[in-house]
Order: sequence, then C-alpha cells, then structure tokens
Amino acid sequence: MVYDNPDGVMIGLEVHVQLNKLNTKMFCGCSTKYHDAEPNTHVCPVCLGLPGALPVINRKSVEAAMKIGLALNCEIVEQTQFHRKNYYYPDLPKGFQTTQYDFPIVSGGKVVIEGEDGEHVVRITRAHMEEDPGRLMHMGTIEKSKGTLIDYNRSGMSLIEIVSEPDMRSPKEARRYLDKLRNILEYLDVFDGSLEGSMRVDSNVSIMGGQRVEVKNISSHKGAERAILFEIMRQKNLLRRGGKVVLETRHFDEARGVTISMRTKEEEHDYRYFPEPDLVPMRVSDWGPAIQESLPELPDTKRERFISQYGITGMHAKALTSDIRVADFFEIVASKADPRAAGTWVADVLRGELNYRNLAITSFTTEDIIEIIGLVVEEKITEKSAVDVIRTILDVGGSPMDVVKEKGLLKVEGDIVTQAVSESIVENEEAVQDYLGGTEKSLNFLVGQVMKKTKGRADARQARELLIAALKD
Amino acid sequence: MAEWLSISDVRKKISESSAEEVTAAYLETIGQSRINGYTCTYDGALEMAKQADKGEGEGLLAGVPIAIKDNISTKGLATTCSSKILEGYVPPYDAHVIERLKAEGAVILGKTNMDEFAMGTSTESSCYGVTMNPWDLERVPGGSSGGSAAVVAAGEAPISLGSDTGGSVRCPAAFCGVVGLKPTYGAVSRYGLISYANSLEQIGPMATCVGDIATVMDVIGGYDPRDSTSINREISYRDALVDDVKGLKVGVPEEYFGEGVDGGVEKAVWDAISKYEEMGATWEKVSMPNTKYALAAYYTIAMSEASSNLARFDGTRYGPRNDGENWHVMASRTRAEYFGKEVQRRVLLGTYALSAGYQDKYYLKALKVRTLVKQDFEKALSNVDVLMGPTMPMPAFRIGEKIEDPLSLYLTDVNTVPMNLAGVPCISVPCGLSDGLPVGLQIIGKQFDEATIIRSAYAFEQNTDHNKARPAEVI
Amino acid sequence: MITKDEVEHVGWLARIEIDDADAEDYAVKLSSVLDYFGQLDEVDTEGVEPTYHVADVMNIFREDVVTPSLDQKDVLANTAAEKDGYIKAPRII
Repeated sequence: MVYDNPDGVMIGLEVHVQLNKLNTKMFCGCSTKYHDAEPNTHVCPVCLGLPGALPVINRKSVEAAMKIGLALNCEIVEQTQFHRKNYYYPDLPKGFQTTQYDFPIVSGGKVVIEGEDGEHVVRITRAHMEEDPGRLMHMGTIEKSKGTLIDYNRSGMSLIEIVSEPDMRSPKEARRYLDKLRNILEYLDVFDGSLEGSMRVDSNVSIMGGQRVEVKNISSHKGAERAILFEIMRQKNLLRRGGKVVLETRHFDEARGVTISMRTKEEEHDYRYFPEPDLVPMRVSDWGPAIQESLPELPDTKRERFISQYGITGMHAKALTSDIRVADFFEIVASKADPRAAGTWVADVLRGELNYRNLAITSFTTEDIIEIIGLVVEEKITEKSAVDVIRTILDVGGSPMDVVKEKGLLKVEGDIVTQAVSESIVENEEAVQDYLGGTEKSLNFLVGQVMKKTKGRADARQARELLIAALKD
Repeated sequence: MAEWLSISDVRKKISESSAEEVTAAYLETIGQSRINGYTCTYDGALEMAKQADKGEGEGLLAGVPIAIKDNISTKGLATTCSSKILEGYVPPYDAHVIERLKAEGAVILGKTNMDEFAMGTSTESSCYGVTMNPWDLERVPGGSSGGSAAVVAAGEAPISLGSDTGGSVRCPAAFCGVVGLKPTYGAVSRYGLISYANSLEQIGPMATCVGDIATVMDVIGGYDPRDSTSINREISYRDALVDDVKGLKVGVPEEYFGEGVDGGVEKAVWDAISKYEEMGATWEKVSMPNTKYALAAYYTIAMSEASSNLARFDGTRYGPRNDGENWHVMASRTRAEYFGKEVQRRVLLGTYALSAGYQDKYYLKALKVRTLVKQDFEKALSNVDVLMGPTMPMPAFRIGEKIEDPLSLYLTDVNTVPMNLAGVPCISVPCGLSDGLPVGLQIIGKQFDEATIIRSAYAFEQNTDHNKARPAEVI
Repeated sequence: MITKDEVEHVGWLARIEIDDADAEDYAVKLSSVLDYFGQLDEVDTEGVEPTYHVADVMNIFREDVVTPSLDQKDVLANTAAEKDGYIKAPRII
C-alpha cells in the first residue's frame, strides 16, 4: 500500500523542547525547578535582563543539544556560536533572544515514524540552541486584554528547536512524529515531557496549489493534530472557492480549535541577527565521540532487544518502548516474573487500566505487578481476579495481598474443592439423578452448592469440570 | 579645601586621622563643587569608611574613597547612565569591579556624570547637565567619562572608574589633565557595566598619577567567570612601576598627527617623545594605513551593538514608562521620551546598519575594516614596544561648540577609537599644556602588555613636571 | 540619502516613536552620518574575515550548578507596575 496524499499536504514542524532536566538555565545559575513556584522568584540579573548582566553558557545545555542531535542522526557542526535575534516583546527581557543562526549546533538528521503507509522517514533540517522567553498572561483574551502580567521564571530556560523538513503528509503523521520525538528525548534524559509548556510546536502547512502557512502557539501533540487538520481544511476550502493561500503566520486558538491570522504591525519583523558579542564561539565537535558513546539505548533498538531477549510479541515490544518509563518498568518486572506474562500484563492490562484513568506508569509499583503476575502464574488467583486487584489498587489503594484477602480472591486448594464436590454429590441425590437423567440445569445447582461450601473461593469452571468428572464414574 | 591626593597621600591622612574623616572631607568638598561631576553621592560612604577604620587598614584600598561612573552597577545605589530612561533604577547587584573594590576596603563616594549611555565626547548629553572642566568652567571635561575625570582633577576624589568604548576614559583624562587607562579587552570584567558597545568597551581607572592606576588595576583586573570575554591571566600591575625606559622602542604613527591636530597639542606630544629619547628610548615613525577608516568602522560597530544593547530599556522592568494603547506603543513612546536625542540617533543608525539589505554594506563591512585596523597594530607593534601620539587632537573645547553637529563631535575621537577596535591597552598621561589647557600623551601597547605602557608612563611622570600642574579649582 | 519613510520604518523597528516633523530632521542628520560611514566602501576587504571578537577565545562554559536567584521584592522593586508578584504591562496588541 502506498499513500498517495491526494491534496499534496506538506507539513514541517519546528519543535521547541525545554531542557527541563538540567539543574540550571542556559546562561545563568537560576534553578529550572520553577514550575510550582511564585512568579518572578527564579530570576537573577542575567535572565531578568538587568542592565550590565552577562550570559555564560551552561556546558550541559550544549552537551544535551549534541546528545539530541546524535540521537536524531544529525551531524555536529565544526564551529558554532550564539546570535542575537532582535525583536521587541514584553516576555523578552533583553529586547533580543539569544539563539543560533547560520551555524546551528547540529543539522541533517532523520527520524523514522510509522506513517500512513508503513515506515516513513522525516528528515531533520537542523536543531539549534536558544533561550526561552518569560511567560505572559493576558488579563482577558489576547485581543481584548486589559493588560499583560509577566512572569520571568521561564526566561532563560534552555530550549532546543528541532526543525524538520516538510515530510509529513497528514495530521496523523505529524502527531506520530511528535510522539516519537518526545519518546526519544525522554530516553535521552534531558527532558520531562509531562511538565507544562515543555514542548511547543510551530507548524508549517501547505497543500497543492497554495503557499506555506505557519501556525504558531501549539502546546500539545493533540493540539498540533487539530490545528493542522483545521488548517488543511481551511486551505482546501479557500482554494475551492477560488481564493489564494498566501504566505502568512497564524495563531492557533486551542479553546476554539481554529487558526487566526496574525497580520498586524507588531508582527512585522526584521530580526537583525548578529553574533552575540558577550559570548565566544564554541568548537565542540570533538565532544561528539564521547557523547555518542554515552547515548542510551534508543526506542527502536530497545524494541528489537525486547523481542529477542524476552520473547515477547512485536506489538507488546512496541507498546512497552513507546515511553522510557514503561520500558524501564517492564524490564524490572521481566527480571523477576515470567517475561512473556510480564509483557502481556504490563503492555495490555496495566497500560490499559492506566490510560483509562489518565495515569502514568509511576502510579503503579513494579513490586505490586510482580506479585500479581506471580499469583496468576502460580494459579493462586484467576486472571479475572488479577484485573480486579489492579483496578482496586489504582482506585482504592492497598497491596495486592491485602486486596486478595479482603475480597477473598485466593483460589482454594484443589482437595478442598474435591471434597466439596464429593459432599455435594452425596448430599443432593435428587439433583444428581436429575442431571444424570438429562436435566443440564441441575449441574448449575450442584456448582452453586460447591461454591457455597467453599465460600466462593473455588473457580466455578473448575468446580463444574470436577463435578462432571465425578458424576461420570 | 580641594587638593590632589594620591592613594598613598590618602592612606597617610587616614593613618593620621581616620578613613571616616577623610571621607567626610571629600563629601564636604563635593558639596561645594562647581563642576557638576557627580550624579549622586552615596549615603553609605561614611559607613563604609567606618568599616575600613575597624578593619585596621586591611585591603589594598582600605578607606580610600573612589568615584564610580554612573554606568557601573552599584547595589543599592542609583545607576542611571545619566539617562532619564533609568531614572530611579537601583541595581540589586554589584558589578564585578565594585565587588573587588569593596573586598579591598575602598569607600564609594558616589556616581559620576557621563554622556548618556557613554555616547559622547563631552558629557554634554547627560540628563543631569554638562560637567564643567576644572581647568576652565566654560569648557567640557571630555567624555564620556567626563565626571570621573573632572572629579579627580578637581580634587573631589583621589581615584575613579570610567569606561572606555572609543576613548571615553582617555579623552576626559587628557582634557582634565589626569591619568587614564583603557585596559586590554578582557583584562577587566564587564559584569555589571551597562553595555554601550560590548565588543569594544572596558572599565578603566583614572587617577592623579600612574602609580595609582596600577594599584586600582591590581584590584579590579583579573578573571571573572561571569564575563565570558574575561581573560584568565595573572598580572601584577604595580610590578610595572619601574623608572626605566632605556632601550624602549617607540613607534610614532604619522596618521595620529593628521589634519586638524592643534599646534599646541602637537608640540607637547613631540616634546614628550624627545623626552623619551633623552631618557634612553629610541623612536621611529610607523605607518597605520587603515587609521583613517577606523572612525567610520568604529561608529558603525558601536551603534549597531548599541541598538541591540539598549533594546531592553522598554519601560517594562525598570525605569519610567509612558502610556500607550498597547505594549509596543508604550515602549515606543517611552523610548522616544526618555532617551536623549543623541542616544536615539545612534540607536536608529545602528538599527539601520543591521537591518535587512544594509547589514553587509555597513555592519559586516565595518567588522572587516576592524580586522585591517587590528592588523595595523599587530604589524606596528611587532617592531616597536609601544606606540605614542596625542590622545586628543585638540584640548578641551567649549561647552556647546560641537553639540549641534554630531559628526564634528565624532571626528574628535579619531585617535582613540582604533585601540578599541584592536582591543589593545592604552594610557593617557598629562604631557603639558596648550593655551593653559592640559594635553594628553597616549601610549599604546600590545594586548595584555599593560606592563610596558605603565612603565613608560611611570618613567615619564617621574622625569617630568607635567603632573604637577593643577587646575584653578584646586589648591 | 535616507528617506523620511525609512526613518519611520527604522523608528518602528527600534521602537522609537518619531513624529512627522522629527522624521525630516532625522533624515538629514542620519544621512550625513551614513554618508560618512559610506567611506568604508573605499576599503578593499576582499578576502578579509570580519573581527567579531578581538580576543581569540573559545569554549567558555559554566558548570550546571544552581546559584541563588533574586528575592521577588528585588525583582519587582524597579518596575513601574506590578500585580500579585507579576510585572504588569499594557496589553500586547
């Protein structure tokens, strides 16, 4: 099957990734842990742009950028530097953004995604380092606001902007690309995608017969899919009505799910890039081999290994490696429980229950699932009971054994069931005769008796089978 | 009564009385000043002096008062660059040099007047009004560090800090008859210095004698990890205070004696060069062919950088703010109202020089010419130890004489800007008078060879009487 | 010669409000300086690299170690308007 892309959709993404796992910001020693802090408490003269303050580059930011580049199969540039991108905005405390221009730290890579027609390559144009601006809160909507409140805690956070070629052909592919990117970045341990605003997307969308439109202000993967879908429809309708799609920048209104034209005087730019005189050039390509060496196992490699090492299915391996936390969780479980059972229980059951509740894998412990799998494998509880235990732990809490005991889910010993079967046969002569005479229903009555005698701990199916066998003799 | 005191004179006074009394005397002199050299005095000065008295003379500058140019950040003390746009701004942090001064026990007297954002050669563009030259109150003190030079010349501080982007320490030092050093780019941390043109400027000391320049450099010089352009080198500046120039090879660039150099200035400088010969040095003419393009390159680069450096003054985080229907209009009106005319001109020109379609013609071209200017220095200084010439082509001009014609004012910087383009160290020392006004001899060295220019200046000072001349304002 | 329109455009780029009368004056004063800068055209810079930094320094980094931030009151001390710990500014558009 080949995807024929009937509308000639071309989507390129610029993804801004916040290196929120570093200790400090890009050019100063302010802590990156501002997410739950009061406004303007994680700033210093440098990231507040006070007159006279000077930036100094965080070595770890550069290392992380190179890590990302290598993980995306990019080349590291020989020599690079920071530039000033000059424009005025209240979130930009210096009146310019410190970023990179003609020599980005890495360029020319690729990412393989699951496309419309199987594996699909998205080429990476470049990835460069830059600083995050502060955060603005509009008092009311952006157009009718009474004012703007500014929090500079985010100002100066390390960002990596990853720019792709326009290789995606549908909103779904864009979404998959973003998911894959997030996954890879989390594998690299430079980024926690669960923090607000940690990954922001600008999208370039064009269709056959029109020019490229940039859509800004997309803050989630789902939002990207929706924004792009809206934009494709808008462009198609415009062309159908004989209109023209012109080069412009649009703003995604997440609440309304629409893109809005941003053509105002304030948006006219001439960025006047020039090299930042307060920072000196970097020649860091010789760090490459050591960083390459230190790269962790990435999702695709890990998936292959899971299949061969643990004998799990491709589907399970894919599901388990789509999030580093799940993969790590699985490996702990697989080391202490039957790996195949672990595959099924983590990939299918546990992930399903977590997704249903919108919870992360961190909401469950490996010890608990190992114990539950153990109980199932040893046939101490039924599979159905195991699911019940997982749900109860998630909804109410408690340990697996507590739940099993409280709910009386432990399967009773075989001889107790056998004894209950014998007793039931002896004590219910009439029902036995009816059954032997052909009344199937009577068997159900006898099963009920067994269950009663075992206080419900017997497996009903097992009880039924034992009864049938005993009555045959 | 105002008098010229060196650091050792001040320390002697302190030992006879106390740092507190010495500081109080300076504050009293400042209170009676006629030259408008300070933008404000520091209300914690006496407390600092008391601390110094308690410290029993610890520190290289224990109890020694110093005046600070108003573009160097001082925690808790207004720092305005003599601009209305920074009215009321009090930094919550100290510049690196201020930390160093405090660590060595210095007493901050106050902040000194300057051309707004250091953009000028006369101190006339200050929002506080011009500073008067102590030698002639109708004349400018030079600029942009006019206040820092004038207060030292007027005996209102023994030492001061200025900053030099294209001559802003050396020009007022020459006009006011004091000593001023522009260090090698990277020798003094710029952390806390409010940028005008950051690839060009350095903080530099001003004093009544060369020895004090070396002492202050020993305090403020050196590596600071907060300034990525700061260079890690151990230098002892006071070790260079040696009265010996035998065998010193002096280069005299003929381009520094070009058209428009005042006759009295020319004579004083040639007399100085003859004196060096007498003292055992040799001299030869050297050629610096790209000097004539240095000024245009300098202003293009300085204004380009300034347009970006001054973007942060938008009325949002500090300084006053005008009304406007939205943030952009507010910023535009704030900047139009609170930046002075010369600052606005330079920001506009710099914006233009960096803008799409013009960047290659102006900014990039200027940076290439900068390379040629730098090569001129490398070549000349490969054959000689130092270069010498007049710091300024003329003595202090009259207040108001050039302010209406920006270009004529820019042209006075012709002998001071090439060194900033090349990053080389240079010092201006008094070398006589022209019509009763001081003339400065400029001595230029190789990068990080402050030792040789300090030694040259020191020997000259030891063997001449020029540094005994005093302005009328001083006893 | 820089035109009045160019002055106004540059004024907007630099966020300096320039009224009509001032634009004329700027056009004249800026033009004379730009003419002077134009003498750089005379210099042959074929094959000459631009000098961005006079010192030949590279690879200056800082370690990823947290240093104290400012107190919120110091951050807000110099602003013209604040609200609930935020710096307050007019709306954007």
